[in-house]
Amino acid sequence: MVVELFLDLLSQPCRALFIFAKKNNIPFEFKHVELLKGHHLREEFGKVNVLKKVPALKDGAFTLAESIAILLYLSRKFNTPDHWYPSDLQKRALVDEYLSWQHTTIREKGCKIFITKVLVPLVVGQPFSPEKLEEAVEELNSALKQFEEKFLQNKPFIVGNEISLADLVAIVELMQPVGCGCDIFENRPKLVEWRSRVEEAVGKELFQQAHEIILNVKNPSTTQLSPELREHLKQLLKP
Amino acid sequence: MGLELYLDLLSQPCRAVYIFAKKNNIPFEFKHVELFKGQHYREEFGKVNILKKVPALKDGVFTLAESTAILLYLSRKYNTPDHWYPSDTQKRARVDEYLSWHHTNIRGKAGKTLWIKVLIPLFTGQTLPPEKLQEVMDELAISLKQFEEKFLQDKPFIVGSEISLADLMAIVELMQPIGVGCDIFEDRPKLSEWRNQVEEAVGKELFQEAHELILNIKELGNIQIDPQLKEHLAPLLRKMMK
Repeated sequence: MVVELFLDLLSQPCRALFIFAKKNNIPFEFKHVELLKGHHLREEFGKVNVLKKVPALKDGAFTLAESIAILLYLSRKFNTPDHWYPSDLQKRALVDEYLSWQHTTIREKGCKIFITKVLVPLVVGQPFSPEKLEEAVEELNSALKQFEEKFLQNKPFIVGNEISLADLVAIVELMQPVGCGCDIFENRPKLVEWRSRVEEAVGKELFQQAHEIILNVKNPSTTQLSPELREHLKQLLKP
Repeated sequence: MGLELYLDLLSQPCRAVYIFAKKNNIPFEFKHVELFKGQHYREEFGKVNILKKVPALKDGVFTLAESTAILLYLSRKYNTPDHWYPSDTQKRARVDEYLSWHHTNIRGKAGKTLWIKVLIPLFTGQTLPPEKLQEVMDELAISLKQFEEKFLQDKPFIVGSEISLADLMAIVELMQPIGVGCDIFEDRPKLSEWRNQVEEAVGKELFQEAHELILNIKELGNIQIDPQLKEHLAPLLRKMMK
């Protein structure tokens, strides 16, 4: 039985997984969990991931949540090329360092922009708050400064000369604000250059494919949320 | 030049690194970075960790931040016993799964209790209304429920029958509220039992030693706060008080 990956490409960590699996020719069954239709709240999916989040993996009887855990699991099980998670102790530590740091910085702040600009309006039926968006953008700006100063510096990729899980996890997160019309790459030439390198290392076609949904995220007023999902999101998005 | 670990045992992830190194007899120099004295903002420390946070590691010219990265680096370099980060692919994945989820669920939420009850009053001279603490405790309760339901279940430890990095990272975080009098183990027998098992696996003496500072935090009422530190923290404090 083939590995099942439960994904919605609206989600950044799902994109990382999708790209990683495709790039490495890892055979998997794409199980579409449509977030905007509340599929992740269904009992059926709850059996795969009791946390009711995507991405999730099912490999026979083994289920796994958390994109980083899944990426590492796949890299080990399918023996992917070394550069993704280098066997060199220090290089590997630098990948771990980024993967750890990013949760409450790049990921959190990137998400906040998406939530402020797209999700909250969808749930409450009102236009987004410009003050809240500005706050979210400023927070991401701080994180981006640290990203460039500490993690990227003058290197082609976060860890040395080749793409790793660190770059992959970073790029999908940074595409989320882009998808909502906040071009965080504007006026950041070093970041733009890094992005081009990452896109090329992944393969432009695969990168585009993975990002098609987020880059075309529909106008909120045209998407119908189920009442259960709306309630669930209202609770989740409480300020 | 040997391994240097830059720590303040007030910090949860520092305790995890400290306990791990001590338990595994990893030789290191304890470089005390006193947070209350704002030592993490000094230029000298900035050369070790530009993010100005503890814990940090220096091994020769190699520097490393982030406790998870440091723990994994030490486990590999010093070839620590398998149970800490099992070589079995699925068990290892379970440790990774917890370590990832931990960041935005247990970490931060447990630590907020220290801010609300001790640090904000210490830095601003203001006490916060009880609702603020209740809010934090309610949020933490949700995460603890998920912790018990998904990660612990009916197992002695998060991954099987032995302690791993997952348990270590979790326990040090959950001791933060204990230090300020929020006994999150009360009325949670399963969690309590797990805590005892973790303490025993670590060694009670080492566990106590690592937690001495946080368990006596209330006695720091008269501590001198570095004025520059107050300045640095001002925006964060304003945000937390909203």
